[in-house]
Amino acid sequence: MSTIVLLALTGLGLGALYFLVASGLSLIWGLMRVLNFAHGAFFTVAAYAAWTAQGALHGLPSPWMRWFAALLIGITIGALFATLTEVLLIRRLYREQIGQVLVTVGLALATLALVQGGFGSDPKQVQLPAWMTATTAVAGAAIPNTRLLAILAAALVLIALLLFLQHTRYGLIVRAGVENRAMVSALGIDVQRAFTLVFAIGGAAAGLAGVLGGAYYGTVDPVRGTEMLIFAFIVVVIGGLGSVTGSAAAAVIVGLLQQFLNYYAAPGVGDFAVVLLLAGVLLTRPGGLAGGVL
Amino acid sequence: MSGGRTLLNVRDLNVYIGESHILQNVTLSVREGGITGLLGRNGAGKTTTLRGILGLVERTGSITLDGRELTNLAVHEVVRCGVGYVPEDRDVFSGLTVAENLRLAERPGSPLRYDLVYGLFPELAQRSAQKAGTLSGGQQQMLSLARALLNGDNRILLVDEPTKGLSPLVVKQVAAALLRAAELATILLVEQNLSVAHRLVGDVIVLDQGRIAYTGHVDTLMGDPALARRYLGLAAAGEGHTRT
Repeated sequence: MSTIVLLALTGLGLGALYFLVASGLSLIWGLMRVLNFAHGAFFTVAAYAAWTAQGALHGLPSPWMRWFAALLIGITIGALFATLTEVLLIRRLYREQIGQVLVTVGLALATLALVQGGFGSDPKQVQLPAWMTATTAVAGAAIPNTRLLAILAAALVLIALLLFLQHTRYGLIVRAGVENRAMVSALGIDVQRAFTLVFAIGGAAAGLAGVLGGAYYGTVDPVRGTEMLIFAFIVVVIGGLGSVTGSAAAAVIVGLLQQFLNYYAAPGVGDFAVVLLLAGVLLTRPGGLAGGVL
Repeated sequence: MSGGRTLLNVRDLNVYIGESHILQNVTLSVREGGITGLLGRNGAGKTTTLRGILGLVERTGSITLDGRELTNLAVHEVVRCGVGYVPEDRDVFSGLTVAENLRLAERPGSPLRYDLVYGLFPELAQRSAQKAGTLSGGQQQMLSLARALLNGDNRILLVDEPTKGLSPLVVKQVAAALLRAAELATILLVEQNLSVAHRLVGDVIVLDQGRIAYTGHVDTLMGDPALARRYLGLAAAGEGHTRT
């Protein structure tokens, strides 16, 4: 029983990281029809920004304060990087999907090279508050606290995104824009601003995932953003392109499937099963699990 | 066309879609007040003209509203100059409620006319919490019209086939709403239902294969069977479309 609880909660923790990356990716695709292959770079840059900040903020009195300040810096850097990407690169290419793919793939590769050039290719150990290196007993299972933290953060982000989408004017614009962007403009709305905002939100969520990923794995690694992006894309497609709740549901399914099959079958079987699930969804329900942005 | 101040001026509007030259040097003007009809056979370029005025398709030429150049503005900036748009396929946001569709159409700084739109279309008030995608075609058309009528600072409404596919009862309601709207803003109306068009419009502009083929008064066009047949394909011009 305790093994099942452990696998379930670690799977949910992994799913939480996937969701944080996938939610922004999904909204960006839903509203702008941009396949953003640079989304993993937001994750990576935020993770390294937080790692660097933690080292530089040794003057702060407690590990919690250092970690929390680094978290805020990571989120801000993720949002800023995403905003600059949209403003400087993507905005010129809204009608050219091939151009978007080339530019975002190029940015992802360039970012990876720069990070490896600046920090080396080896993973870097992350300093964590003592609580994050400890475990909490849940139904007899010792659950690493970082998994619980990731689950809590993803749940809060999901709630915040739903509140944003349902109760703000920009949320309304995003929901309408996912359906028919041209008609939103034809109502006199500057949909470009919504594009930038959605990129910033997506970057912030990816940045949060980058910092939480550092805590989850205990290290930051230049290639982790790329690995996350692959599974985030799978989550987005399974959940339904443009759907936040669809992404949340798919992230949970993917995280659990990976953990359980990697443990009970053999390492790697879980990852393979996720790809099979993707193929199954594409064949039977090409629009994904959910319909609509919520 | 003579008399009245020109509100909308379009000069040498050209639109290419792929290899096709859809609009060829379209030049037209719309006088302030009332309803001007934009007529023509299927594929003549009527919808593209409206979309070209808004900037929803790439175009060249010059478009001015009350002397203000719109050509280089983004779509939302054209709309904010006071151009309302009712698209051919209604294009309501199906996942949003009726109230959300209307709220989305609100423009900051514009006087909002909820009393007017709910007065014209009481069904919308009754169904304000209903998803627009679950409305009937007629109700969706009412919502589409209501979005354009909501903002009190709209100077001109570009209305594309508002009666398409509607029951006669709803057509009457939509026609009445257009007449009421014409008291508040100028309307450029694309309409395939010629009896409705004849009843509503004064000036007409006829497009044929992407070019302006005729401009004049609707009675002159409909009263001349040869003209009507030539430009509108109307076999019994002047017989079934008397103004009521």
